[in-house]
Amino acid sequence: MAVKKFVVGNFDDEAVLFPAVKKVRRAGYKIHDVFTPFPIHGLDKAMGLRDTSLHTAGFIYGISGTATAVGFITWALTVDWQINFGGKPFFSLPAWIPVTFELTVLFASVGMVLTFCYLCQLAPFVKKDHFNTRSTDDTFVMALECTDKTNEAEALGFLETVGAKEVKVEYRETEWWIGRYDKEKKLFHKEN
Amino acid sequence: MSIRENFVVPKRYNTVALALMAVGILAIIGLYVTSGSKADPHESARFWASLLQNSVFFLLVVNASMFFICATTLAWGGWQMAFRRVPEAISAVVPVIGVIAGAILLAIAFGDNHTIFHWTDSHHVAEDPILNHKKGFLNKGFFAGATVLTIVLWSFLGWKMRQLSRSLDAKPLATVAERKKYIWNNTVWAALFIVVFSLTVMSSIPWLWLMSIDAHWYSTMYSWYTFASTFVSGMALIALFVVFLKNNGYLEYTNNEHLHDIGKFMFAFSVFWTYLWFSQFMLIWYANIPEETIYFQPRAHGIYKGIFWLMFIINFIAPLLILMTRDAKRNYGTITFMAILIIFGHWLDFYQMVFPAVSPEKVPMILYDFGVALGFVGLIMFVTGRALSKAPLLAKNHPFVKESLIHHT
Repeated sequence: MAVKKFVVGNFDDEAVLFPAVKKVRRAGYKIHDVFTPFPIHGLDKAMGLRDTSLHTAGFIYGISGTATAVGFITWALTVDWQINFGGKPFFSLPAWIPVTFELTVLFASVGMVLTFCYLCQLAPFVKKDHFNTRSTDDTFVMALECTDKTNEAEALGFLETVGAKEVKVEYRETEWWIGRYDKEKKLFHKEN
Repeated sequence: MSIRENFVVPKRYNTVALALMAVGILAIIGLYVTSGSKADPHESARFWASLLQNSVFFLLVVNASMFFICATTLAWGGWQMAFRRVPEAISAVVPVIGVIAGAILLAIAFGDNHTIFHWTDSHHVAEDPILNHKKGFLNKGFFAGATVLTIVLWSFLGWKMRQLSRSLDAKPLATVAERKKYIWNNTVWAALFIVVFSLTVMSSIPWLWLMSIDAHWYSTMYSWYTFASTFVSGMALIALFVVFLKNNGYLEYTNNEHLHDIGKFMFAFSVFWTYLWFSQFMLIWYANIPEETIYFQPRAHGIYKGIFWLMFIINFIAPLLILMTRDAKRNYGTITFMAILIIFGHWLDFYQMVFPAVSPEKVPMILYDFGVALGFVGLIMFVTGRALSKAPLLAKNHPFVKESLIHHT
């Protein structure tokens, strides 16, 4: 558990947010994350995030699904329990393709969903801190991580110059935890 | 570089196209001398089968371009607007190859040689209970009518779609109401094309043109499978022209994002083709009924085995593994290579649809067929180049252009 200090800018338009992200990065500030109500194409590039490896994981899951299906059916029908289906050979690959296909899809899809949840730290009962709950509705939130050397006043001013409607310094928990939101912190109070 | 709106056909391009056409004509002459002119009907059938395979394949491939335009229009897609003039130009080849293919098909059906379409032989049909039952569908009159009607409708509706698109170049649409009306108009004509397309390529025409070569055998999936084959080749052809134009400094608004989506089509429809190919095979393999397995006997186990499995590797395994990654779909070299490979693979697919029934004893020398195919490639290049140069490469007044310019995958 690590509570860190952030300079937070709230934007109300993605057309403003986009150039703002670029300007903030060019000015040398480190963007912790940007929270948006909907996916914005190209924002990951603008933020300089690397490509996800989710598809590589998906490929590996798919291959293991294929291997599982072919391996298991081969073992079951040629070694363990040979059955004569209409005079076809025990090893009849065409008949196994549908099951192999299904298992490939199943492994790839379930594996990718679980990996995605892990990467995004999404799970039942897992709690995460929010910068601004309106980022699920109509506000675009950009959080800059503060270090010892950060001049907060300057950062706040800079965010305002690039178009943030509302800026503030906030302390937020960066990790996830299991349990309840701490009521004392009043994370969900309405912002005026 | 300044904006180059209009494609100017380079001299070398036309030279290459004409040279390829010359190769094609030489190959046809060579084929005629070595087999077409022989008295033995099996020998001369080989000549006609080659013409049939090539003309039908390339006709369906260029027609797939118009299907792509109409399908994206119906889906209200805007991403293809940046390069939409390319499939439009390719579809301009449909009337040209349509006339050639129609002439070849009618010549085969009404000629004296009944080796390819043996249901055209009335004495044979009278003795054959299976063909006798199919007489309502497999007869010369219906064949000729359906062939002519199909080609005329494709040509006409394609021409109409191209007209609609080009009509915008002269007069921009000023008001929203006008734009809505234009989109509606476009949608109606695209829907008409799709209806005609699905009643022909997707359901019946390949039965007549290709499946009736094996007149005893039937598969209800055949047309859909043929459609998948030609659509993926059609997308590959579009990709080739887009890459060609990009490399020559045209189509500046088409970028990697668009190429990525074309690559996705090539990838996805390769898998789709395999799905249909395998479904057709597996049901027949499972049931193991002689009247059905006879189709796969020469192909998967007989002398056409090599072509059959080579085609499977080219059409499924290669696209699956090579086109899977994002980078591959954004790479001009990979896309070009795969597009050529895919077109070649599906040409082989058509080869093994036609020839095992026509020439069951030996695999015919394939070099002549390559020659004929090159002739058609030259024809497609020539006509598409002409069509490209006639209109600006970007339909800049189309209401959806903006969507394509900011397209992002």
